[in-house]
Amino acid sequence: MIAYLGRRLIQSLLILLGVSLITFALLYLLPADPVRQIAGRSATPQTVENIRQQLGLDQPFAVQYWHYLTKLVSGDLGRSYIQRSEVTELIVSRLPASLLLMVGAILCELLIGLSMGLIAAVKRGTATDQTLMVASFVGVSAPQFVVGLLLLYVFAVRLSWFPIGGYGTWRHLVLPSLTMGILGAGWYARMMRSSMIDVLRQDYVRTARAKGLARSAIIFRHALPNAILPVIAMIGIDIGIFMGGIVVVESVFGWPGIGQLAWQAIQRVDIPIIMGVTLVSAFAIVLGNLLADIIAPFIDPRIKLR
Amino acid sequence: MKKFLASTVAASALALMLGMASVRAEDAVDPNAKQGGAITITYKDDVATLDPAIGYDWQNWSMIKSLFDGLMDYEPGTTNLKPDLAESYEIAPDGQTFTFKLRHGVKFHNGREMTADDVKYSLDRVTNPKTQSPGAGFFGSIKGYDDVAAGKAEGLSGVTVVDPYTVKFELTRPDATFLHVMAINFAHVVPKEEVEKYGADFGKHPVGTGAFKLAEWTLGQRIVFERNADYWHKGLPHLDKITFEIGQEPIVALLRLQKGEIDVPGDGIPPAKFQEVMADPEQKARVVEGGQLHTGYVTMNTTMAPFDNVKVRQAVNMALNKARIIQIINGRAVPANQPLPPSMPGYDKEYKGYAYDVAKAKALLAEAGHPDGFDTQLFAMNTDPNPRIAQAIQQDLAAIGIKASIQSLAQANVIAAGGDKAGAPMIWSGGMAWIADFPDPSNFYGPILGCAGAVPGGWNWSWYCNKDLDAKAAEADSVVDPAKAGERDKMWSAIYDKVMEDAPWAPVFNEQRFTMKSARMGGADNLYVDPVHIPINYDNVYVKDVQ
Repeated sequence: MIAYLGRRLIQSLLILLGVSLITFALLYLLPADPVRQIAGRSATPQTVENIRQQLGLDQPFAVQYWHYLTKLVSGDLGRSYIQRSEVTELIVSRLPASLLLMVGAILCELLIGLSMGLIAAVKRGTATDQTLMVASFVGVSAPQFVVGLLLLYVFAVRLSWFPIGGYGTWRHLVLPSLTMGILGAGWYARMMRSSMIDVLRQDYVRTARAKGLARSAIIFRHALPNAILPVIAMIGIDIGIFMGGIVVVESVFGWPGIGQLAWQAIQRVDIPIIMGVTLVSAFAIVLGNLLADIIAPFIDPRIKLR
Repeated sequence: MKKFLASTVAASALALMLGMASVRAEDAVDPNAKQGGAITITYKDDVATLDPAIGYDWQNWSMIKSLFDGLMDYEPGTTNLKPDLAESYEIAPDGQTFTFKLRHGVKFHNGREMTADDVKYSLDRVTNPKTQSPGAGFFGSIKGYDDVAAGKAEGLSGVTVVDPYTVKFELTRPDATFLHVMAINFAHVVPKEEVEKYGADFGKHPVGTGAFKLAEWTLGQRIVFERNADYWHKGLPHLDKITFEIGQEPIVALLRLQKGEIDVPGDGIPPAKFQEVMADPEQKARVVEGGQLHTGYVTMNTTMAPFDNVKVRQAVNMALNKARIIQIINGRAVPANQPLPPSMPGYDKEYKGYAYDVAKAKALLAEAGHPDGFDTQLFAMNTDPNPRIAQAIQQDLAAIGIKASIQSLAQANVIAAGGDKAGAPMIWSGGMAWIADFPDPSNFYGPILGCAGAVPGGWNWSWYCNKDLDAKAAEADSVVDPAKAGERDKMWSAIYDKVMEDAPWAPVFNEQRFTMKSARMGGADNLYVDPVHIPINYDNVYVKDVQ
């Protein structure tokens, strides 16, 4: 177990190093010149060169990357080119909002996805099953900005149940969480359905039924706990999908998280922020996967960590 | 020494008296204005910084103007220069020495009085390469600038503190734009002790002499300004508080405006909703329309065949159906026939430009040796409506035989292609087009049409370099005497007429500005489409529903 953990940690670090190298190289190769973005259109060539020198952007790639890494090791993500603030400060100030949205989204996707999957499995082969599976398919495929704007229009503008974007109270959280959750719910519904169908085919379920147990008792007490565990283990992996979604959803709802920060930074070639958010997201994804792998054997004893 | 006293300050003797400032100030205040109240304004993008030496964005430009002041400013809602922190100024006859007398009793938000030392410090700071100011180049005519820019000197030798209320600028050449330069944000006055206290984070802790002071800044969410009770301009500002909510999509902002939750959507009316808003009389009544110092144009790279032939460039000018292109943006513009926008001094009303004439365009192409047209590329920014406008241009070009393939890219990539001599044959400037930094005709020349901008990484995307015109431009800018402003404007008109003869651009349209506001907002319409305080003049607007 310890050897496994050690190996996985080293792997994770290598992945993060790789992510940082690839992102840094891609941003370096970009035809857009960040210095022109900082300097603005009225700057003289002298001003542009001064800024380039100040930021060390006149150095060769390897030197720039090395400087970045050495600072990174001490937890310094540098200063934003455009905002001129510490990237760490910018990310830390926005992280709570993104985490809150993540919790909301996970609750939504589990609540919606698991119940849809459960019903579909129990009513397998019926019209209900088919309707739910089509719905889950739509949920998985619908672009999040469409879902977001649709929810905004119906529930915030027309019905005024929720505020139109913004941040602060639980009411602000509902629509963005739902938008994020609908995508995940589709996946969870499909996984839950197949997992449940598997379990319902097991001998012990047949035995329970033969003993004359009530249908609800069989489903909720005997089948569900076994069916739900492998699905729950997916949450860790879910973080990756989530990180992709926050960029869109946070922008639509004006949610002040790191996705919005990343989107604005990309538009302005604010490289330190793009690097910072990419690394934080990669870290979250690696951590999520690691946790998913570590808890797997506790959920399913057949899995052994080696 | 010949003196040009500021017109608003009649007698220099009186000007030294404290009361003078407030008398003049009171005159400028709207008598209907009500005192108090709070408004909410939304923006999509984060506010990067509120440091006047650095901020250069749509959303922070006007915010900085409300937190800080410069020696000069403009009468609200107009492009007329007036002294601001300066009480009066003198220009030496050679146009190379400017002496400003400062107002007495102007206080920074930290309570300390602003003096001439602060003016000098602020200019030394903005030109110092360590500050990384995008506006440093504006001060190029001040003596000693080159040494500071090259890192050889810490301060500008051309800026002298004569006494605590007098500051003198010596220039290396006569510069007619200098008073405008003293009005741009980059020349706003900052207190040394606060800049040193916060260092690189001064932009998050701005302290100025402006009408408002920063009360709260929650990163990525909200900025709150509150009224500066000690503001030297008595009677201003009218509002007690302004809350800027950040991160709101324009479409969401419009919905919130319709529900009465906000007062001004800072990013304007989203294009997709424009017709709907204008079709509703109740909403249309709250839209203010105004010109802006903007021109949208197609650049043609004059160093790349076949655009190195002036006839080809003129043919493109005749091929564009500008009225149809304007329809794509819901008529939110007026057709342009020259680089300068109509509201800019020096705009040539007599100039007719190239009329839309497909037959003549084809004939010119044939004369240039391209009877069957040619293949080329048209670069455009990839956000709506620019790809659609590029398609309309593409169709117009196809009508005279030019087959242009569209390269629709992110803004930074189009800018990079334009700054590369072999990068882009044609660029549609939309989304990146020139909006003047200050209302002076010279501002449309140097970086975008002059030889200085035709360098790698520059903004002269047509790589047009006419040394003769550069000399004429320098000559026009040496006419410093305000009494000769009309003469100078004519010189600039002639320069732009000559540019159009060489046709490095096909000017397409001048965008109009449409600002929407809540019913409770008061103040003259021109405050909401202020040509300088973009997007709106926060200091002078007010709300009607306060007691």
